Amino acid sequence: MKTIIKYVLLDLFRNKVIMVYTLILAILAISVLNLDDNASKGLLSLLNVTLLFVPIITILFSTIYFFNSIEFIELLLSQPIKRSKVVLAEYYGVALPLAAAYGIGIGVPLLLLAPSTAAVTLLITGILLTLIFSSLALLIFVKSKDKTKGIGVAIITVLFFTLLFDGMLLAFIYSFSDYPIDSAVVGIIAFNPVDLARVLMLLQLDVAVLMGYSGALFKKFLGSATGSVFSIACLLFWVVVPLLLSVRIFNKKDL
Amino acid sequence: MLRTVIILLLLASFISDADSTTIRLNAGGSLQAMLDRTPAGDTILISKGFYKQNSIIVRKPITLIGEGFPVFDGAKKNEVIIVTANNVRLIGLHIQNTGRSSMVDMAGIKLQNVTNVLVKNCRILNTTYGVYLQNCNKCIVEGSTIKAYAKDELQSGNAVHAWKCNNLLIKGNMLSGHRDGIYFEFVTGSLIEKNVSFGNIRYGLHFMFSHNDTYKGNVFENNGAGVAVMYTKGVIMQNNTFYHNWGDAAYGILLKDISDSKIEHNKFDKNTVGIYMEGSSRIHVANNEFTNNGWAMRIQASCDGNVFERNNFVGSSFDVATNGTMMLNTFKDNYWDKYDGYDLDRDGIGDVPYYPVSIYSVITEKIPTAMILYRSFLTDMMDQVEKVMPSVTPDMLKDDSPRTKKWKL
Repeated sequence: MKTIIKYVLLDLFRNKVIMVYTLILAILAISVLNLDDNASKGLLSLLNVTLLFVPIITILFSTIYFFNSIEFIELLLSQPIKRSKVVLAEYYGVALPLAAAYGIGIGVPLLLLAPSTAAVTLLITGILLTLIFSSLALLIFVKSKDKTKGIGVAIITVLFFTLLFDGMLLAFIYSFSDYPIDSAVVGIIAFNPVDLARVLMLLQLDVAVLMGYSGALFKKFLGSATGSVFSIACLLFWVVVPLLLSVRIFNKKDL
Repeated sequence: MLRTVIILLLLASFISDADSTTIRLNAGGSLQAMLDRTPAGDTILISKGFYKQNSIIVRKPITLIGEGFPVFDGAKKNEVIIVTANNVRLIGLHIQNTGRSSMVDMAGIKLQNVTNVLVKNCRILNTTYGVYLQNCNKCIVEGSTIKAYAKDELQSGNAVHAWKCNNLLIKGNMLSGHRDGIYFEFVTGSLIEKNVSFGNIRYGLHFMFSHNDTYKGNVFENNGAGVAVMYTKGVIMQNNTFYHNWGDAAYGILLKDISDSKIEHNKFDKNTVGIYMEGSSRIHVANNEFTNNGWAMRIQASCDGNVFERNNFVGSSFDVATNGTMMLNTFKDNYWDKYDGYDLDRDGIGDVPYYPVSIYSVITEKIPTAMILYRSFLTDMMDQVEKVMPSVTPDMLKDDSPRTKKWKL
């Protein structure tokens, strides 16, 4: 398995996209953090970058990479290697460099220029989002047969989580606003890793007060230590569940 | 001849009477006993020391001057000094540890039904109420530090508490750690100047039914709920600073049923809500600086005839929030940092009106739960779309002449 990961990593380093991605993130982070004298504002801008670009880039890049390496995977499977090992190695090979790119690109400037708990939270949520969306990419890859369809599904998935889900949530809140829906809303956002990441991060910043303004439950719950553990546990679920599903599907898949 | 001598003698005796004597109270001596002995108009110099004396009642117009802050201790049981005579002056005293009672409002210094009393340069520590003015006229509280360590609202009192007074001057005091920094109820025609009120559990300043008062150059900082003022007309608030009143239910200033007032040249920085306004009319809000607030202003639809002009709004999460579509107030000539209109004739006034209420702020005002979507991509997009085609936001709430450059305030 290690050897496969090594080959995937070598392949990725050769095409340099990861390097460029790291560089772009680093430039973004440095410029945003230097632009604002207020570190908290810089963090908010970086949060926007993380919530929008990280999912899109991760899922598209991973999906395309998986589809492109389909011949390599088929070749590997002709050898006496377990299918689950191959697919997991592919996942690690893609997800780890992407996470490292985020960790270095955003993390290093962040910890140098604005070290704080909030910065660490942003870093953790960003890395988790990278792992989640590459895991979803893998699921898309094993589920769909051809590349065009796969990429289409990837785009829809990322749009769903960054935009559609919130729209539906807002519609839900609107139509049931006469009922005590606070706890239901907390439950619902567990189904969207992007929302979870956003709320987890915002609660570390001053602006959290705005969210608790009405004494709403989610500030009380998600703002507590239990709440943070809950959000991170949910995010980890989002990494593990699609991954296990992909392995199961891939094991039975007729290639 | 004899007559002249008698007159002269009489005059001389008057002069000597008027020329008050100064007596010294040595450390440890009983102040109450000395007060009872001393004739009206005299001055008592109190030597530096620790006086475990309390419930001292000043019944005559006497000046008490402390040297090196003599300490009067209420032993956490009683009040310390009660003034019931006019023209009393208390200068340079250190008063500490009053009791706490549900029957009596225990105060470090209590002024009861008096006129022309001065409290100056005193240190009042760990009291339930610092200075308590009850039915007073023309009294001054100046240059004093009033500090307590209250933990909850019910168990604590106010640093300066005034009830049914007239013509007070509260100037240059440091007020902290009480329930309210300054509390006024039925206090009229007073001036509150250059005080610093910080770290109080509830309000930095709290007044009700206190007409025609002026607040100038005060600083209200880090108070549990900021400043709340209610049921009053003719208030003038100028050059005050409202800083970091940040919390789930904190306001820079909360106005409820205030009318015919002026709020000018103030600074609102880092408050959850800069100005919250409810049932208020004809207030002139001008030349204020709003920076980094959650909501710069929340103006309920029950307000009318207010004018907001020449203010700077910078770095607010939400500029203005309101709970209705009706808007009877005027916004003009303000600078909004979120304004993205154009100014073709370059006269410093934007050519398209600015709508300070964003659609997301309308939604969260109706349904606070929607706040969970704060800073999501969706709400940003909705705000942009609404800017192009306003449909939900109150179209009457707009600034027709937004400035393109910040006012220098």
